[in-house]
Amino acid sequence: MTEQTDGVSSNGYRGIAASPGYAIAKIVSLKADNYVPERRTAADPEQEISRLQLALNQSQQELESIRVSTEERLGSKEAEIFEGHLLLLEDPDLIDTSIAKIREDAVTADYAFYETAQTFIDMLSAMEDELLRARAVDIRDVAARVLGHLRGESGTAGLAGISEPCIIAAEDLAPSDTAQLNLQFVQGFITEVGSRTSHSAIMARSLDIPAIVGAGAGVTQIPSGTWVVMDAVEGKVIVDPSEEELAFYREKKQQYDARKEELVMLKDQPTLTRDGHRVELAANIGKLDDVQKALDNGAEAIGLFRTEFLYMGRSSLPTEEEQFNSYKYVLEKMAGKPVVIRTLDIGGDKELPYLGLPKESNPFLGLRALRFCLARPDLFRVQLRALLRASNHGNLKIMFPMVAVLDELLQAKRMLYEEMEKLMNEGQTFAMGIEVGIMIEVPSAALTADLFAKEVDFFSIGTNDLIQYTMAADRMNETVSYLYQPSHPSILRLVNMVIRSAEREGKWVGMCGEMAGDPSAIPLLLGLGLHEFSMSAGSILPARALIGRLAQGDWTGHAQHALGMGDQDAVKSFVKMQVEGD
Amino acid sequence: MLSKTFTILNPTGFHVRPTKDFVKAASAFPCKINVSCKGKTVNGKSSLSMLTLGIAANDEVTLETDGEQEAEAMDALGKLLVEVQD
Repeated sequence: MTEQTDGVSSNGYRGIAASPGYAIAKIVSLKADNYVPERRTAADPEQEISRLQLALNQSQQELESIRVSTEERLGSKEAEIFEGHLLLLEDPDLIDTSIAKIREDAVTADYAFYETAQTFIDMLSAMEDELLRARAVDIRDVAARVLGHLRGESGTAGLAGISEPCIIAAEDLAPSDTAQLNLQFVQGFITEVGSRTSHSAIMARSLDIPAIVGAGAGVTQIPSGTWVVMDAVEGKVIVDPSEEELAFYREKKQQYDARKEELVMLKDQPTLTRDGHRVELAANIGKLDDVQKALDNGAEAIGLFRTEFLYMGRSSLPTEEEQFNSYKYVLEKMAGKPVVIRTLDIGGDKELPYLGLPKESNPFLGLRALRFCLARPDLFRVQLRALLRASNHGNLKIMFPMVAVLDELLQAKRMLYEEMEKLMNEGQTFAMGIEVGIMIEVPSAALTADLFAKEVDFFSIGTNDLIQYTMAADRMNETVSYLYQPSHPSILRLVNMVIRSAEREGKWVGMCGEMAGDPSAIPLLLGLGLHEFSMSAGSILPARALIGRLAQGDWTGHAQHALGMGDQDAVKSFVKMQVEGD
Repeated sequence: MLSKTFTILNPTGFHVRPTKDFVKAASAFPCKINVSCKGKTVNGKSSLSMLTLGIAANDEVTLETDGEQEAEAMDALGKLLVEVQD
């Protein structure tokens, strides 16, 4: 495959970038161990069974030592992969079936075990779920180890002998191989098959070395010793690069590694402006998986935990227990850091027959979110109760979406207090002083933020919808999406109004819309006095880096100036100029 | 024999850690443990067979316990099935 990219031609491969980064080194090509035992009769089945037990024991010892060393090097999560392998070695179905085959078919242990393992490998390889298909690799890895012992061999030829910087090319890398890569020399690896979720890919990300998987047949044909450039950001492999390509990628690698180091240093640091003003950077999450990602990216809090996932993709309401478990999980994982959980924010645009959402001609302006919950107290009270019970497990804050008038908030609060009373009467506990806030996304709420400020502990500005409602334009409609203008003075003035109103009552203001993570808006929001910025995990560290370069004192004045400007372009140019000048 | 249905909350379905915990717990009970999902039934004490069920988040799973300590097994294993973990 040849292509003209950046003025250089190349002969190379394309694959999935499973772990990002750049590497430039010589290839070490690993030959696959595709040992298939012959079907042979065994004279003494009981002896075969003993051979199998011995091989299983030897494999167990080896895997245990790999598990321990992986735990030391990478941590318990990565070591868990090998716990799974150890479980396989004890698996009753795998072992009993193999033993039965030895007895009934009078075949060797090698053949019986291979055939049994292969059946499971085939079953898993055929599954739709990518995660499960990836598990077939684990079985192959464990089976190969056992078969190796039965043959009297051990270890993967090739990996042990590495003594200079290299990039590994293989058909696939078993988890046990990846875990033992000598990072002193191995700069990255490329495989012919594989997915982002295979264990090898997961470990590559933990080891933090570039990896490209699924690069196609032929990768192992690259002769050992050939120079190769790995672009594991785009998923490109360049074989035998030219001088220009080498220079180009050396530069790219250097920039990438420097930037990465800068961000890593920021991960556990508080968010401080150049002049010592502190703000909080939080993550928006929509499912339980996202929490780890948030923590890995230096989130100081969860600014928005969307709870709709609990109600979607199912045929009945989530029970109180199911909800409680999910909220508890996030609260515990965040270990005392604030978690703002938003009550159900859903409407008739979604196909959820069991919920009984109304069929409306304009569901976006209809009975949805808090309005829907107030009309369905049966549903709403279950969520409130689950939240209260979960509050014992962390730092919970509750937030109501799409509030338009004060009465809606007061109704919701009343129901919350009633659920608190019920729990107390049952002798159940919940956290004291749980902060209750609202999303500011409906213009009426922004314009009367002064009234709301007396009745909440905080606001979180939902700019995604606020902008659409204010501009009366659907951002998904290409003909009018140009009106989705976060930095338009109208939006800035609304944000300013909300923050000033909150300040007067001593309440904090966060923002969970996309604008909070937008580098062209962050300086203004800082200047307007926003306390908390909640965004997707990947935007947090860059935001921290940006805020560290700004002086809040300067931006207070700049932001006020922007409020009087005429249009978004003027605002954005102004911001750009001031940031570059800093 | 006892039988009960549960919904799986774990966001990545039943991958290594929940399977390991479940199979470890199941293997400690003397009774028979069967797990069914999407029309397929397997031995709950075999992690391999559990994996072939392909249990994903929000799937409905039927747990069957039969024999000595079937009630305790149903209770303990049922809790594990709906627990949310890493």
